Amino acid sequence: MSTHTMQATTTADDFIVREDHHPENGTLLGFWLYLMSDCLIFAVLFAVFAVLGGNYAAGPAPKDLFELELVAVNTAMLLFSSITYGFAMLEMQRNRIRPTLLWLGVTGLFGLAFLGIELYEFHHLIHIGAGPQRSAFLSAFFTLVGTHGLHVTFGIIWLVTLMVQVGRHGLNTANRRRLNCLSLFWHFLDVIWIGVFTFVYLMGVLR
Amino acid sequence: MTAMQERSTLMQSLFGRLSWDSIPYHEPIIVWTFVGTIVLGMAVLGWITKQRAWGMLWRDWFCSIDHKKIGVMYIVLGLIMLLRGFADAVMMRAQQAMAFGDAMGYLPPHHYDQIFTAHGVIMIFFVAMPFVTGLMNYVVPLQIGARDVAFPFLNNFSFWMTAAGAALVMTSLFIGEFAMTGWLSYPPLSGIDYSPGVGVDYYIWALQIAGVGTLLSGVNLLVTIVKMRAPGMTLMKMPVFAWTSLCTNVLIVAAFPILTAVLALLSLDRYVGTNFFTNDFGGNAMMYVNLIWIWGHPEVYILILPLFGVFSEIVSTFSGKRLFGYSSMVYATVCITILSYIVWLHHFFTMGSGASVNSFFGITTMIISIPTGAKMFNWLFTMYRGKIRFDLPMLWTMGFMLTFVGGGMTGVLLAVPPADFVLHNSLFLIAHFHHVIIGGVVFGTFAGINFWFPKVAGFKLDEFWGKVSFWCWIVGFYLAFMPLYVLGLMGVTRRMSHFSDPDLRIWFLIAAVGAFFVGLGILAFIVQLVVSIRRRHELRDESGDPWNGRTLEWSTSSPPPAYNFAFTPRVHALDAWWDMKTRGYRRPQSDFVPVHIPKNTAAGIVLAGLSVVCGFGLIWHIWWLAAAAFIALVGGAIYHSFNYDRDYHIPADEVSRVEQARTQQLAALQG
Amino acid sequence: MSVRTLRHAPLLLLLLLLTGCKAVVLSPSGDIAAQQRDLIVISTILMLLIVVPVMVMTGWFAWRYRHSNDKATYAPEWDHSTQFELVIWTAPLLIIIALGALTWIGTHLLDPYRPLGRIDAQRELPADVKPLRVQVVAMDWKWLFVYPDYGIASVNEMAAPVDVPIEFDITASTVMNSFFVPALAGQIYAMPGMQTKLHAIINAAGDYEGFSANYSGHGFSHMRFRFAGMSGADFDAWVDTVRGSELALSRDEYLRLEQPSEREPVRHYGSAAPDLFDAVVNLCVEPNKMCMHDMMAIDENGGLGMAGIYNVKHLSYDGERRRDSVALDDAYVLSMCAVAPEAPISPAGGTRYGAARLEP
Repeated sequence: MSTHTMQATTTADDFIVREDHHPENGTLLGFWLYLMSDCLIFAVLFAVFAVLGGNYAAGPAPKDLFELELVAVNTAMLLFSSITYGFAMLEMQRNRIRPTLLWLGVTGLFGLAFLGIELYEFHHLIHIGAGPQRSAFLSAFFTLVGTHGLHVTFGIIWLVTLMVQVGRHGLNTANRRRLNCLSLFWHFLDVIWIGVFTFVYLMGVLR
Repeated sequence: MTAMQERSTLMQSLFGRLSWDSIPYHEPIIVWTFVGTIVLGMAVLGWITKQRAWGMLWRDWFCSIDHKKIGVMYIVLGLIMLLRGFADAVMMRAQQAMAFGDAMGYLPPHHYDQIFTAHGVIMIFFVAMPFVTGLMNYVVPLQIGARDVAFPFLNNFSFWMTAAGAALVMTSLFIGEFAMTGWLSYPPLSGIDYSPGVGVDYYIWALQIAGVGTLLSGVNLLVTIVKMRAPGMTLMKMPVFAWTSLCTNVLIVAAFPILTAVLALLSLDRYVGTNFFTNDFGGNAMMYVNLIWIWGHPEVYILILPLFGVFSEIVSTFSGKRLFGYSSMVYATVCITILSYIVWLHHFFTMGSGASVNSFFGITTMIISIPTGAKMFNWLFTMYRGKIRFDLPMLWTMGFMLTFVGGGMTGVLLAVPPADFVLHNSLFLIAHFHHVIIGGVVFGTFAGINFWFPKVAGFKLDEFWGKVSFWCWIVGFYLAFMPLYVLGLMGVTRRMSHFSDPDLRIWFLIAAVGAFFVGLGILAFIVQLVVSIRRRHELRDESGDPWNGRTLEWSTSSPPPAYNFAFTPRVHALDAWWDMKTRGYRRPQSDFVPVHIPKNTAAGIVLAGLSVVCGFGLIWHIWWLAAAAFIALVGGAIYHSFNYDRDYHIPADEVSRVEQARTQQLAALQG
Repeated sequence: MSVRTLRHAPLLLLLLLLTGCKAVVLSPSGDIAAQQRDLIVISTILMLLIVVPVMVMTGWFAWRYRHSNDKATYAPEWDHSTQFELVIWTAPLLIIIALGALTWIGTHLLDPYRPLGRIDAQRELPADVKPLRVQVVAMDWKWLFVYPDYGIASVNEMAAPVDVPIEFDITASTVMNSFFVPALAGQIYAMPGMQTKLHAIINAAGDYEGFSANYSGHGFSHMRFRFAGMSGADFDAWVDTVRGSELALSRDEYLRLEQPSEREPVRHYGSAAPDLFDAVVNLCVEPNKMCMHDMMAIDENGGLGMAGIYNVKHLSYDGERRRDSVALDDAYVLSMCAVAPEAPISPAGGTRYGAARLEP
């Protein structure tokens, strides 16, 4: 064992780090872990949809309710917003505040468009009587899609907050870290939406 | 619309379902409890005021982001809630000892059913969880040589969210009612059709709010352990307690979202009228049962794993020996972590899933007993050829080892599906899980408290009263729960508020005596705390290492300075502090540098307070209040994010002064 | 392995003590429950094989290696031994393999869905025996037993002939309960909108306790019934008594019975509406409510489309089950075609057990 070889020469410095020790910043890991836990919430909602998705309670089925054209437009909005967020991040790397803010703004607008279309869809469904109370399928549908929409809403609030913060304090370390976290969040929502689009809308209509 | 109606509509939009009738002043027990709480509360508040301690309490504790103080606050919360949860237990034991034949006992079902629900919820979420989180919070950063957790502010926020959940549960005692559904609130019973009152809503929002805290603290500790270990501390040089904490927090992050989701679905059923778990419109209540246990079973291991770590540290310290089979201990922990996800169905074999499904889950459950057994043997062989000192922590550990194997055995028995068919939901089951939770989690917590108290306070806990508490608990536990095994075998089921067969009564009386002894045990623990504080000068430990410890927390002073370590330790071996001691480590005396630590903040307690208000509004359907509180919550969080100035440096002079004082203290000790 | 061979285990002493105090789980009167008891005993003994040594070792090591004992070896650096590690992992593993095998076999043999193969440990079941069918509904807070072959029903009392297999179909009216007669067989959940099954047999005449083993609300403590094991002749007489009752279990009567009540006295129905149990399971006892199996068939074919949206009846439910006065909007899906009111009938059929006593 190394104990004996080192015994003679042991000094305090063998056991301490003299320079100020800065552990690696854990924010991204922590945020990633949070996203995974969020992902589990969606996993539950997807599982619930898988179980209840066929229980129409003698009411309307996906093929009666969903307008794929509208959903396609909606999906495009969210996908574009992911691309524009990517542009914002590229500008952040180049340390250019205004273009970063510009792309963030565009991202937010795409997000708002997505939300607007989703709200229109919800309003329409509830208006014709196919609200979340009508059947277990509709409960699961509204909850899954609504939870995603709620996430996008908070994403937009966060985005606006960050735009103000970047505008005020520039691209300092904290803001870069936050932009990175929001980037993870935003793309994560995109991935979830692709799941929603596939499993809920496409497979629903095909069913 | 008449004026009357107009008035009532106005009242309803202002106060929702809340009215004077919601206060249970017609129930004398609750009124007296309320009076008692007020008197006691006023006494405590008055005492704090008299000591002029409010400022100190607010600045140094409530707003503190120091993991050590937050850890202590978690334990204090757990102890306070233990008193409430235990009061519920005593009331149940008393009712069941009385209500035979014509005697209906003193609690109507309406009250009794709330009590057993509250007992379960409080003991799991607001006693066991705070104990476990508190121990991890205090010890883990010290053990891995870190100055704090990864996200200190989040840590404070997590604590206050847990406390907020507890506050809501306590509110339900005096305003409205608590759930009358059992601690997991199975639908359809917990649905709006069969539980239209506020009880289930209290349940939902208390758990949702506390759940946010638990999840965030899980993420926090996970990142802390992964990212902030001292240089040289590879994963396989990490103390076992840090390992079990790591696994626990993995479980928390991977299990609590499921609880959040399933409770959200239940609340949608109750608030919006969706049909997830309803009988009609295609809902499926079995899904709730599955989902809640997919969270619920890992939860069991979330509670017990950290205590396995505590026992490992204690056994090795008090045997004066390296832990036997460190790596097999680690692998066993990881095995349990993974397996805990594929056993959930053993909580409802009787749902009729079919033989193959049932036996699969039965066998996976039994497999968990293999790594658990290996752990037991590892502790045994750590004692083997040791020099065992039976101080209080070791005493509790012995109590655990002898008790837990019995509880484990009845647990495996319940995992045999045909056996479970006759034992499920019986008092045998109640006896089993109290056997493992008291024998494991509670004994472990007391072991941990006795073990680390000197580190926290700078003096040991009183030995005599500790022993009194220990023996009362042991006697009380066996008296209280062995009769329940017998009753279970007599076919007596759980959650009954009245029995017709008078022959059962003797067993319930014995159990009630047991509960009395447990009460003495709790009392003796409080006496132990008080006596120790009064005798603190005699019990003082100047060395910082009263037990001849092995891990890094014992290398600091007791209590440790705010920054934990003036210089980050460099680790060469498992049992890092033991290694340092045997190799003649000398403390650095000079060249101190400023230490960078975060500032205290009131944001955590404010945000958690707003969550309570929001939850209260939602429970009572006071929509304006809920909305306002929620907007304030989001606004507050955004406002907090505009504060970039969150940390400061403790100047080198200050560090140097503290460290020199410590050097003198140690020198005086060596005399 | 039979329990008989293990009679001498000291554990049995404890068991005997417990049987002395009416530990019905350990001394049941039905073959299924007896086999479940055997499994409990065998697995306990298997586990004691490892639990007892661990407890002894704990005590022994604690004593032997106490700090004050200077004679004991002290090896502070000793922390690994491959042999020990091997034993540590394999000993529990072997026990679990044995127990796992036992579990797999036992779970399949004692699956509540599996028709019985024997009367008890000594007697095989003759091939031509038809099981007694009983339909069980757990209600708030009482039990309804329907005997479809006899066209009769009873509340909070159930009788069955000794040594005849019983086939239970179990459901619940509102919330989850668990059907449990400890002397007869293990429990199984009774759930609304779902049907579970239990096969069991009672081997000794007598009065046994049955109850709900899953908490279901404030009347739960009194949700108990008498389970009577009877000789064939006694059972025949019981059937005749029930048949003699004036009461008829029509759908309307069922809906009245369904309202929450506690400590309901025993009640006999001389006749019962046919398909009542089926309607209960499918949550369509109300005449204009769509049955779940119809609904599922419609859903299977893609639902009723937009037209189905409004096929819902709303009613203000004034809260028999609710404990406060909040009147919430309660709704259900309407049936597509009206159900003709059916008169309860009482078929004269049903096996008589008094004359043709089963040969052992």
